[in-house]
Amino acid sequence: MQVTMTINGEEVSREVEPRTLLVHFLRDHVGLTGTHWGCDTSNCGTCVVWIDEEPVKSCTHLAAMAGGHAVRTVEGLEVDGELDPVQEGFIQCHGLQCGFCTPGMMMTARALLDRNPDPDEATIREAISGQICRCTGYSTIIRSIQWAASKERETAVELAGASNEGASA
Amino acid sequence: MTVTDDNTNAVPTPDNNLNDNKPVGYGRMLRKEDPRFVRGLGQYCDDVELPGMLHLAILRSPMAHARIVNIDKSAAEAHPKVKAVITGADLAEQGLAWMPTLSNDVQAVLATDKVRFQHQEVAFVVAEDRYSARDALELIDVEYEYIKPVVDVRKAMDPESAIIRDDLEGKEDNYCFKWETGDKEATEAVFANADVTVKEEVVYPRVHPAPMETCGCVADVDRVSGKLTLWSTTQAPHAHRTVYALVSGLPEHKIRVIAPDIGGGFGNKVPIYPGYVCAIVASLVIGKPVKWMEDRTENLVSTGFARDYVMQGEIAATKDGKIQAIRTHVLADHGAFNGTAAPLKYPAGFFGVFTGSYDIDAAYCDMDAVYTNKAPGGVAYACSFRITEAVYLVERIVDCLAYELDMDPAELRLKNFIQPEQFPYESKTGWVYDSGDYEPAMRKAMDMIGYDDLRAEQAEKRAKGELMGIGISFFTEAVGAGPRKDMDILGLGMADGCELRIHPTGKAVVRLSVKTQGQGHETTFAQIIAEELGIAPDDIDVVHGDTDNTPFGLGTYGSRSTPVSGAAAALVARKIREKAHIISSGMLEASVADIEWVKGSFQVKGDPEKSVTIQDVAMRAHGAGDLPQGIEGGLDASVCYNPDNLTYPFGAYICVVDVDPGTAEVKVRRFVAVDDCGTQINPMIIEGQVHGGLTDGVGMALMEMISFDEEGNCLNSTLMDYLIPTAMEVPDWETGHTVTPSPHHPIGAKGIGESATVGSPPAVVNAVVDALKPYGIRHADMPLTPSRVWEAMQGNHTPPI
Repeated sequence: MQVTMTINGEEVSREVEPRTLLVHFLRDHVGLTGTHWGCDTSNCGTCVVWIDEEPVKSCTHLAAMAGGHAVRTVEGLEVDGELDPVQEGFIQCHGLQCGFCTPGMMMTARALLDRNPDPDEATIREAISGQICRCTGYSTIIRSIQWAASKERETAVELAGASNEGASA
Repeated sequence: MTVTDDNTNAVPTPDNNLNDNKPVGYGRMLRKEDPRFVRGLGQYCDDVELPGMLHLAILRSPMAHARIVNIDKSAAEAHPKVKAVITGADLAEQGLAWMPTLSNDVQAVLATDKVRFQHQEVAFVVAEDRYSARDALELIDVEYEYIKPVVDVRKAMDPESAIIRDDLEGKEDNYCFKWETGDKEATEAVFANADVTVKEEVVYPRVHPAPMETCGCVADVDRVSGKLTLWSTTQAPHAHRTVYALVSGLPEHKIRVIAPDIGGGFGNKVPIYPGYVCAIVASLVIGKPVKWMEDRTENLVSTGFARDYVMQGEIAATKDGKIQAIRTHVLADHGAFNGTAAPLKYPAGFFGVFTGSYDIDAAYCDMDAVYTNKAPGGVAYACSFRITEAVYLVERIVDCLAYELDMDPAELRLKNFIQPEQFPYESKTGWVYDSGDYEPAMRKAMDMIGYDDLRAEQAEKRAKGELMGIGISFFTEAVGAGPRKDMDILGLGMADGCELRIHPTGKAVVRLSVKTQGQGHETTFAQIIAEELGIAPDDIDVVHGDTDNTPFGLGTYGSRSTPVSGAAAALVARKIREKAHIISSGMLEASVADIEWVKGSFQVKGDPEKSVTIQDVAMRAHGAGDLPQGIEGGLDASVCYNPDNLTYPFGAYICVVDVDPGTAEVKVRRFVAVDDCGTQINPMIIEGQVHGGLTDGVGMALMEMISFDEEGNCLNSTLMDYLIPTAMEVPDWETGHTVTPSPHHPIGAKGIGESATVGSPPAVVNAVVDALKPYGIRHADMPLTPSRVWEAMQGNHTPPI
């Protein structure tokens, strides 16, 4: 069957078997290997991508179900050569080691910060509780997300300040 | 000398400059590998895509023990997308049905005579895509003849148990090996005269490393040259290459093993698995690249498990708490094939360090290792070659002794530590601890957690019927295998090479035999070279994980990268520096003796204006001008480092738990870890290594276990029933450190990769048992799930086997 969706802002269309999982569609058919596969049972979350701004586990989602929708993957976090603050936070706070769970973690983190710009530790823990990291023990992932939140709040204040200056001038 | 400092818990924010250190050497430095990983541009095995690549899937046995009567593969072969279906009989024709393990046993690549564990490899299919390969597995018809499996390790030696390894000539029992260490008579004498002796059976259940990336490979045999390129999830690419040469008969120079980015290893990616060999055979036969990637179930049920030791622990002491002797008998379950990877002389790995951090008079261990109808493996999950089991045993029975003496477990440990002036200390089982200063680490952990206040809080809570526990563990590890006179794997000495080239412009490339699986070698090894040569880490390219482009060495496991390869890196840089020193004397027109090295440059003593940088020297070394007599052009060097001894990192861990008296659920409230790994190269990475290991420890202590039913069916074959901690089950980790350098390591560093996995399980278990003290409980086995804790509270605790 023909499946057409938008991935990171670009329309993509492929002829695939109806049973094709979204994670395999992205990796094997479109060549976006940043989304990983780890468990088959929706437990590990290495495969988290967005469908219409909602994080989903692409290993238990048929590609056909994403047809007609907007998918965002880790490759879509960096915009015009600028890293997303979440990506920057993971680098700054040692939020990754082997890097395998990282794309899924960052997609969830991005979704969380879009809804809640100042999450506390417990909120972050709950947000990433559907995902497993074997390397970091989670503390540095939490710090990474807090780093990104803090950076975004500062940027928001600067932008507000700049627009106020613009208004008064 | 021990140095302590308290800055480890500083957290970077966009407003502070914690990350701007940019050290030309040791210190906090952001990782060089992260920019690719955060963009999703890491290249893992399953990301390798070659033109015309085929996919391989493995048919596995549904039974734990059965004779193969017949295999009908005709329907699978008729599948339109299938290129080949291969059985054990097919491999046997080529002499490839069996392969050596890394502990001198053999393991079936595909079963020929019978299957010996559930999910053992029986046949494989190669097809055009992943899905078709799996479809075709369903079309293979295998007829099995049931044999009663040996599942209970305690019954493996019963005369009525079936002989599992009847493939081994003359094998008439299920013994794998017997092993002993220490002095039996001397230990008996101490026990006979001791004031107090305590005995406890301590079980370390079977667990699994379960890295987030499963195992797999892509095999590509060049039809013309006959050269095999194998992208593989391996922690030890060079050792694997040699074994493939021995198994397949391919000449070793026609094999290139590439370990691309590895999504976690933890020992799971040390052994050679049948799937790798199958993919190689398939590519040879079909002439196309072939990919094999396990699914999660295959990873959990067939690849290297960890632990599975039943330990009878005994401890003898004076009535005032001086520990005199430790004795243990161990029953070790090795599964169907001895698939551990341990130095030949150490079939039980380094379990001999079970005397722990204590100065005692005598020790003895004897071990019976047996075969059972379970998956092979044994050394995995960051175990430091069985030190995990040893530390758990000693730290658990020391707590049992504290219980019997009604003594504070911290006080008991402080009273028995090996003292700083006793190092190098030879243990009663013959291990020479290189350096240590235990009391400061212990005191620091107690200060950080507020030990006395916690005990006061606990007393108040107990009075109200609340269950709060404080658990202590103090561990010493022996890591960095190892001296080649004692240690080899399949005859390969455990030394590691390192090559360093300085380019004309003063940039460098360093080539390692070890392979990161997330430990950050691309960063720390650049820092080691930077510290020695004054070249910025960003100017040093670290090459690893490719046997054609790196020197031989045994790879990354057992916390050996820094102790062995890290030493090689420092020494190769020093070799370069010596040559550069001579070249500088020509440039500065001064004698070598009059020139001193000031990190990054050579200066004429007393005249700092007269100096040349390492970059100046590099250009001269490659340039057209004259060099001092006898000096060749270029600035390259290589070494192969053979360690004098292992390194002995140590640490003090304290865990606080609350147990719900109504549900028996354990909540880890706090965890303080004070580690000493000698000289620190990058404190950020060290902290990360510790955090990960602590999480493993909570997992093993409270959640993780691979169990079997009476027919040998694996009951934990997905992440729905093999439970790994998420962010909800672990606390915010609190870490600290002391620094006691290794005296024999060139930079004084010790391994850190497994310290926390080794040290944390006893701390958690000791905390839970301490919480249950009001119930009169002295011991309870892992995993301390709510149901098992509940049973303990009801007086019905049973071992998890």
